[in-house]
Amino acid sequence: MKIGVLALQGAFREHEEVLASLGIPAVEVRQPEDLHGCGGLILPGGETTTQRKLAHSYGLWDPLARLGRQGIPILATCAGLILLAKCIDGEPGSSLELLDVDVRRNAYGRQVFSFETPLAVPRFAVASGPPDPFRAIFIRAPRIVRIGQDVSVLASHEGEPVAVEQGNILGLSFHPELTQDNRFHAYFLEAVRRHKTTQVGQMQAAVGDYASRK
Amino acid sequence: MGEERGTWEAKKGLAQMLKGGVIMDVTTPEQAKIAEDAGACAVMALERVPADIRAEGGVARMADPEVIVRIQETVTIPVMAKARIGHFVEAQVLEALEVDYIDESEVLTPADEKNHIDKHNFKVPFVCGCRNLGEALRRISEGAAMIRTKGEAGSGDIVEAVRHMRKVQGQLRWVKSLRPDELYAAAKELQAPVQLVIEVARTGGFPVVNFAAGGVATPADAALMMQLGADGVFVGSGIFKSENPAARAKAVVEATTHFNDPARIARVSRGLGVAMRGSQVSDIPDSERLAVRGW
Repeated sequence: MKIGVLALQGAFREHEEVLASLGIPAVEVRQPEDLHGCGGLILPGGETTTQRKLAHSYGLWDPLARLGRQGIPILATCAGLILLAKCIDGEPGSSLELLDVDVRRNAYGRQVFSFETPLAVPRFAVASGPPDPFRAIFIRAPRIVRIGQDVSVLASHEGEPVAVEQGNILGLSFHPELTQDNRFHAYFLEAVRRHKTTQVGQMQAAVGDYASRK
Repeated sequence: MGEERGTWEAKKGLAQMLKGGVIMDVTTPEQAKIAEDAGACAVMALERVPADIRAEGGVARMADPEVIVRIQETVTIPVMAKARIGHFVEAQVLEALEVDYIDESEVLTPADEKNHIDKHNFKVPFVCGCRNLGEALRRISEGAAMIRTKGEAGSGDIVEAVRHMRKVQGQLRWVKSLRPDELYAAAKELQAPVQLVIEVARTGGFPVVNFAAGGVATPADAALMMQLGADGVFVGSGIFKSENPAARAKAVVEATTHFNDPARIARVSRGLGVAMRGSQVSDIPDSERLAVRGW
């Protein structure tokens, strides 16, 4: 199982390091061929405007959209979340539209307003009790201003969602790759494993179906 | 739960988001737009590009706040701006303008011949230039959250950028090879704080993001710096002193992303028109070299 990390620009190496610490191989995705055989995708933080332009001009936009619609598990952080949203700054049509949320870019302010804060993430509860808070780093972060009914909220900051999930897609407005805490990555990898098992199951069912008809 | 602004991780983190990208010097909102459209990951607002500072002489200062604000209004990518070495009030003004990063830069005329800005006092992060590992670690100890090798700004000659990047990388390898009891003498030799030298030896890498700067004029120059280990590239005069800035800017971005793909670099380098003319660094007298500024 290898994970593709979009490596056009931004903090892709940090994601690869987290994956390596979890024993998972990563492949840097710079052109469409790099996507072959990836069991999941990470869209890292960086500059949305830059990443979007480069994804278009290097022919990656449509393959990414297609894989997303086919249900490949995706972990998207900050700029990655913006690329997946339905609507950016009130305007549809400039994103991959794989996650039913609307976002506003840099909505917490410019860099001087970038911040760290502990987040409660109930999903990370352990047998011994409530989970430790997740120290989240927000850098020129986007705000999630609307979520669709199929989207569930994993964590909020001051009443607004900052970590959301829809099917196999996990969208975060902060940067788990900049901390030593790999719980969000581990959570994403569980989805990747589940997805792979389902795919194998479907394939076996299809083969069985074919055999029984024979 | 409490928010904490301007933390070290948040300052250093923005530089991490810029990695693999190209930061372009711009002097007007129009140039900023060209840079953003070409795929720059940030722009650096300044009064004059280094090649003009070199040609015209005079005192080079922080850019006009009016221009900085108009650039901020024009683009959505981060806007950086330069302050003179040691000029902490220019830095305060830039922080008040909410620029995203301040470059305490040797390209401008230094305001203090001994002290750099105490960068820990700011919520806005700083990038500083270096020629070697010791200089980089001194700047980091003063609070710089990003480093760039200096090269020779405005020359269009890549030789100094290469020299400085090789020097930094070589010294990193050297520090990593040392025994723990040798790090104290190494710190003395590097003229760097021993705690940072120990950290470099322990982690085996640079504590912050390190871009290359000073002399990048072609897509191949940018890819060269990336292959030598830069995290990204600053391009100053190289774009807007060339014949076709928009095309060259786009090509430099593509060569930086795909720095290990010579066929692609060949393709994007075709038909870009004339590069900036530049001046060979060996022909620039010592008194006019910008890289020697900073202490």
